[in-house]
Amino acid sequence: MKKVISMLLVVAMCLCVLAACGAPSTPSTPDNSGSSQPSGTTTPPADGAVVIKIGGIGPLTGGAAIYGIATQNGAQIAVDEINALGGDIQIEYDFQDDTNVAETAVSAYNNLKDWGVNIIYGTTTTSPCVTISSETYADRYFQLTPSASSPDVTAGKDNVFQMCFTDPNQGVTAANYVSEEGLASKVAVLYNNGDAYSTGIAQGFIDQANTLGLEVVTEQTFPADTNTDFNVQLTACKDAGAELVFMPIYYTPASLVLAQASQMGYDPLFFGGDGMDGILGIEGFDTALAEGLMLLTPFNATATDERTVSFVEKYEATYGEIPNQFAADGYDCIYAIYEACQQVDGLADMIANGDNAALCDALIAIFTSGEFSVDGLTGLGMTWQANGEVSKAPMVVGVENGAYVTK
Amino acid sequence: MTFLGHVITGLSLGSIYAIIALGYTMVYGIAKMLNFAHGDVIMVGAYICFIFVMNLGLPPLLGIIIAMAVCTVLGIIIERLAYKPLRSVPSLAVLITAIGVSYFLQNAAQLIWGASPKSFPTTFFNFGGNQGFTLFEGQLNVNYAAIVTICICVIIMIALTIFTSKSKMGKAMRACSEDKNAARLMGINVDKTISVTFAIGSALAAVAGVLMCSTYPTLMPTTGSLPGIKAFTAAVFGGIGSIPGAFLGGILLGLIETFTKAYITTDLSDAIVFAVLIVVLIVKPAGLLGKYRPEKV
Repeated sequence: MKKVISMLLVVAMCLCVLAACGAPSTPSTPDNSGSSQPSGTTTPPADGAVVIKIGGIGPLTGGAAIYGIATQNGAQIAVDEINALGGDIQIEYDFQDDTNVAETAVSAYNNLKDWGVNIIYGTTTTSPCVTISSETYADRYFQLTPSASSPDVTAGKDNVFQMCFTDPNQGVTAANYVSEEGLASKVAVLYNNGDAYSTGIAQGFIDQANTLGLEVVTEQTFPADTNTDFNVQLTACKDAGAELVFMPIYYTPASLVLAQASQMGYDPLFFGGDGMDGILGIEGFDTALAEGLMLLTPFNATATDERTVSFVEKYEATYGEIPNQFAADGYDCIYAIYEACQQVDGLADMIANGDNAALCDALIAIFTSGEFSVDGLTGLGMTWQANGEVSKAPMVVGVENGAYVTK
Repeated sequence: MTFLGHVITGLSLGSIYAIIALGYTMVYGIAKMLNFAHGDVIMVGAYICFIFVMNLGLPPLLGIIIAMAVCTVLGIIIERLAYKPLRSVPSLAVLITAIGVSYFLQNAAQLIWGASPKSFPTTFFNFGGNQGFTLFEGQLNVNYAAIVTICICVIIMIALTIFTSKSKMGKAMRACSEDKNAARLMGINVDKTISVTFAIGSALAAVAGVLMCSTYPTLMPTTGSLPGIKAFTAAVFGGIGSIPGAFLGGILLGLIETFTKAYITTDLSDAIVFAVLIVVLIVKPAGLLGKYRPEKV
C-alpha cells in the first residue's frame, strides 16, 4: 500500500514538473477566459490561402524564461492579427522551449522540423542561437532572430537575420550618444564577463569611447554566476571618480547594482543597453532607485504612437503585463517575415512542395535587396544588410518620475 | 576605510553562506545525506515572506515567522515523501532524488509565481527611516541589513550549538549521527529525530532566504541555487557535519570572495574561492574543523 501511495506521489510530482514546463505557453492571467489563445492553434485559413508554418525557439523555463516568454507572446499577437486579417497568407505558429541551453535548442529545432516548419523564428538568446543558426544554414531554413544580438549568430551564414542591434553596434551607439550629449567625461564600465552580450557591448563602447576621447577610468566585471554582490565593483567606480557608469547588463542584476549604489551613497549617471529595459516592471522594485537611469532601447511601451498603443493594449489584455522590448522585437519579426513572404513569387508552390530551401533563398534575396523595409514597433524603415544586421535608428530612454521618457 | 567596507560586505555575505551551510551540515551530520534541495527551500522562504509582506501588508517580522513555519512544514513533507522511503537504499539514489526535488521546487515556483524577477523591498531593515548609518564623516556606509545578518548568524550558531549539546533532542541527534542502528536500540526514535533535523534546517533556510533577499533584493525561482552550492562548499570547507565548522566556512568563504574581487580580480573570484577550497581539502581532507574518521572495513 505504501509503495502504491509513493508511486502515485512520484507520478503526481512528474506531472507537476511537466505542467510547469508547459505553463508559459498559455497565458497565465486568470481573467482571459474569454480570449484564450493557446499557442500553435490558429483560426481556420480562408479558402485558397497559403499557410506558412513559423516555428519559434526560446527559453520558456529557467533563468532566461522572461525573455523567451516575451518573444513568444509578442509574436503570438502578431500572428493573431495577421490571421484575423484573413489575407492570402495565414500563419501557423509553434514555439518550443530551449531553456537557454544549446543542446535543448537542437531538440526543439528537430521537433519543429518534424512538425513541418517553413521558417525559423528565434532563438531568443545568443548562445543557443549560434548553434541553431549553423543548423538552419546547413538545412537551408530562413531564420530571423528577435533578440540574439551577437555577430557570431550571423557570421558566415547568409540565411540568418537579426531584429535587434548587434552588441558592438549598441556599444558604439551608446558611446556616441554620451559624447555628443556631453553627459560625462569620466566613465566607468561594469559588465558581465561571462556573457557574450554584455562583453560585446562593453568592448564596442570602450573602443569607441577611446576614439572619442572619453576617459574610461575603470572597467569592472563580474562573472555570470556570481551576480548578486556589486559592492566591490561600485566602490572601485566611486574611487575612480566616474561620473557615468555604463552597464550593458540585464535588468535583474542591474536592479541590484542600483540598490547597492544607493545604499553606499554613490549616485553617478547610470547608462544601460537594451537588456535594461523592463527594470521598472520588476514587482516590488523601488522605482526611485532608477531615477535618472538612461538606456538605449528600440522600444518604449509608454510611447503614444498608434502602433505601440494598440500593441501594448492587446498585450496587457492577453498576458496581464506591460510588454518589454523582447515582445516588441518578436512582434516585428513576424511582421517582417509576413511582409517579405508577400513579395515571394510562387510562395504557394514552395509551401505546397515543402521546398524550404527555395523559400529561404527567395527571402534572403528580398531582405538584402535594399528596397525591402519594414515599419515596426522597434523602428521605422528598418532595412537589413547582407551580413544579417539590421539598420534602424537607436532610441535613448530616460527614467523620470518612475516612468520611461523618450529622450 | 575601503578596506573596512570590504570587511563588512564580506562578513555579511559570509553570514548568509553560513546560515545556509548550517542547514546543510545539520542534515548531513544526522541523516548522512546531501540535501541539494536546501538552496531551493531558501527561495521558497523568500517568496513566502515577499507575498505576506508586500502583497498582504504584514509587518516584516511576522512575514519571517510565517516563512519559517511554511518552510518547516515543507522540509518535513520533502523528507517524508522523497527521502524517507529511500532510507535503506544506497546514498547515491538519495542524492539524485535531492537533485530532483530541487528541480521540482524551482519549476513549481515558476508555475506559481512566474519567471519574472521580483524585487524585495530594500527598506526591509529600516530603523528611524534610514537603511544604514555612516561612520568616519561619511566615508563608510554601513547597512543595517548587513549588521542584522551578521548578528542573526552568530545567534543561530550559538543557539544550535547549545541545542545539540544540551537538549534531549540534540543529544538524540548526535546519537543518530554516531550510529543510527545503535541509537535505535537505545530507544531513540530515529525517524522523528531526522524529521526534526529537516524542520530546523528548513526553518534556517527561510531565515537565510529573507536575509539574503533583503541584502540582494532580487527574487527569482533560481535565486537559491547558486548560494546553495556556495554554502555547500562552505560546509565542506569548514568540515561537513560540524556546526562551528559551517559557521567558520561560511564566513571565510564570504571574506575570501569579497577580498579576491576587491584586491585581485573580479574575473576569477569564483575560481580562486574554489582553488582555496581544493588546497584546504588536500591538507585537511575533513575540512577545517571536521573530524577525519577512516572508514572501518
